[in-house]
Amino acid sequence: MFAYLIKRLGMMLPMLLGITIISFGVIHLAPGSPIDLQADLNPKMTAESRARLRAFYGLDQPLHVQYFSWLKRLVILDFGNSFSADGRPVIKKIGERIPITIFINLLSMILTISIAIPIGIISAVYQGSFFDKVTTVFVFVGFATPTFWLALLCMILFGVHLGWLPISGLKSINYDYLSWGAMCKDRAMHLILPVTLSAFGGLAGFSRYMRSNMLEIIRQDYIITARAKGLPEGAVIFKHALRNALLPVVTILGLSVPGLIGASVIFETIFAIPGMGQLFFLSVMSRDYPVIMGTLVMGAVLTLLGNLLADIAYAWVDPRIRINRE
Amino acid sequence: MSEEKLRHLFWLRFKKNHLAAAGGVIVAFFFITAFLAPNISPYDPGEINTKRILEAPGSDHFMGTDQLGRDVLGRIIWGSRISLLVGFIAMGISTAIGILFGSIAGYYGGWIDSIIMRFVDVMLCFPSFFLILAVVAFLEPSIWNIMIVIGITSWMGVARLVRAEFLSLKERDFVLAIKAQGASDIRIIFCHILPNSLAPILVAATLGVAGAILIESALSFLGIGVQPPTPSWGSMLTAGKNNIEIAWWLSLFPGLAILITVLGYNLLGEGIRDAIDPRLKK
Repeated sequence: MFAYLIKRLGMMLPMLLGITIISFGVIHLAPGSPIDLQADLNPKMTAESRARLRAFYGLDQPLHVQYFSWLKRLVILDFGNSFSADGRPVIKKIGERIPITIFINLLSMILTISIAIPIGIISAVYQGSFFDKVTTVFVFVGFATPTFWLALLCMILFGVHLGWLPISGLKSINYDYLSWGAMCKDRAMHLILPVTLSAFGGLAGFSRYMRSNMLEIIRQDYIITARAKGLPEGAVIFKHALRNALLPVVTILGLSVPGLIGASVIFETIFAIPGMGQLFFLSVMSRDYPVIMGTLVMGAVLTLLGNLLADIAYAWVDPRIRINRE
Repeated sequence: MSEEKLRHLFWLRFKKNHLAAAGGVIVAFFFITAFLAPNISPYDPGEINTKRILEAPGSDHFMGTDQLGRDVLGRIIWGSRISLLVGFIAMGISTAIGILFGSIAGYYGGWIDSIIMRFVDVMLCFPSFFLILAVVAFLEPSIWNIMIVIGITSWMGVARLVRAEFLSLKERDFVLAIKAQGASDIRIIFCHILPNSLAPILVAATLGVAGAILIESALSFLGIGVQPPTPSWGSMLTAGKNNIEIAWWLSLFPGLAILITVLGYNLLGEGIRDAIDPRLKK
């Protein structure tokens, strides 16, 4: 296990390097430079002071020198300061918001799994049944539904017409005056719509995956053996089949991380949740380059970490992987 | 095989084709709508009528009017042109890049393959929506930039697929025979291996149109996609969000149009997959 871990960590390094190269490439896509952005606003800027600014930011250096100095600062998580009025360090801004995004995505992941796995099992075990047909239709419609549109409809139904749920933010205006119990309830009410809708996004794919996984395993020899030795059907499905069908789920969870983080831009914008996605969107709108770059790199690093965790968990639950890859 | 079993198989296949046919009908319907937009749209999509803003669906405005008094149905009909254009061009770009990288990686193998596939892995690490937003932030939001950006951030799946096809096809006898005759690499790749792997590419491309339409609508919804006054389904939903308390029809209908279109391409893609390769049928 330890050898596998080391090897897996070693594989991460070139990936990290690749991420920084692509991110750096994206910065240099920018027409003009951050200097122009500052200079255009200042009529007193002369060509000479522009040149001084360029030298100050190191933009007069050759590209590879710039890359390495950028990388050096990246290693100590120095993404520079935000261009916005507060001018705070980018890493602080991101640090405040990452926990919210991770928390919501974790909740929605748990919700997705706890709904998708039973659906997948039932539709595989009763393949071709009415339930299976209904879920197949659901899957096709689910794949085609823009989740931000569904979010709008839910806001209209539950927020505007029924008035059951709040439709924006993470807490009410009077939050600070509430009792402890009411605070918890207030938080929970605000989370219901974003978490449910974010979970919906992965539901179709996940239940479909679980179904085909289960279908494949039910046809394996060891399942036939289990049946042949007279085990009750429940034990065959839940002990022998399900355990094996659940293994690859871990990997899929890891693979779904980039999609979840990407989707958080839309959800956090719609529901006005102060997470990393909203920060990213706001910085895109105001062309706050340091924040854009910081969030882009952090998003990719989170994905990498998600994949790493998934791989470790997979190797941990499935000894075959460990041995084959060591 | 008994006659009953054969009939059962036939019925299964027929049912599958039914779904694919439904997808084909939907896709054809939106194609026709897009081409005939000027003829069938009841109102001009840009026609502002300040006397009739935010009117609920009624007899003369079948899907109501928006905040500028424009006819929602008319804008949805014209919007189908945008989603069709973005869907196909973005898919074309991503498929072309995917084929190029995938075939080179699969055909040559070795270190070229390693470099290309590691590049694919790294690209897949970025939450694609982050990457798209970042690039769009640096460029100007316009329909052409959107198509290009969606195209260059969604080719990785096709590349992996094409590579896998090439890996298995390049060892086949017919390829070895052509190689022995002295055909050039380019000729072998494009004239002999690629035509044999068109089927899965076609499936991926069909599904890719659906994906591109979804991304475009999300970008336009966020206000960084297709810019007003061009009617796009995504940006119509922005108007829906701004008037969420009073005008449900602004949110409902454009989203339905997206859903049905995307569903059509997905059904068609799955149908093609089943028709081509019954082994994959589950």
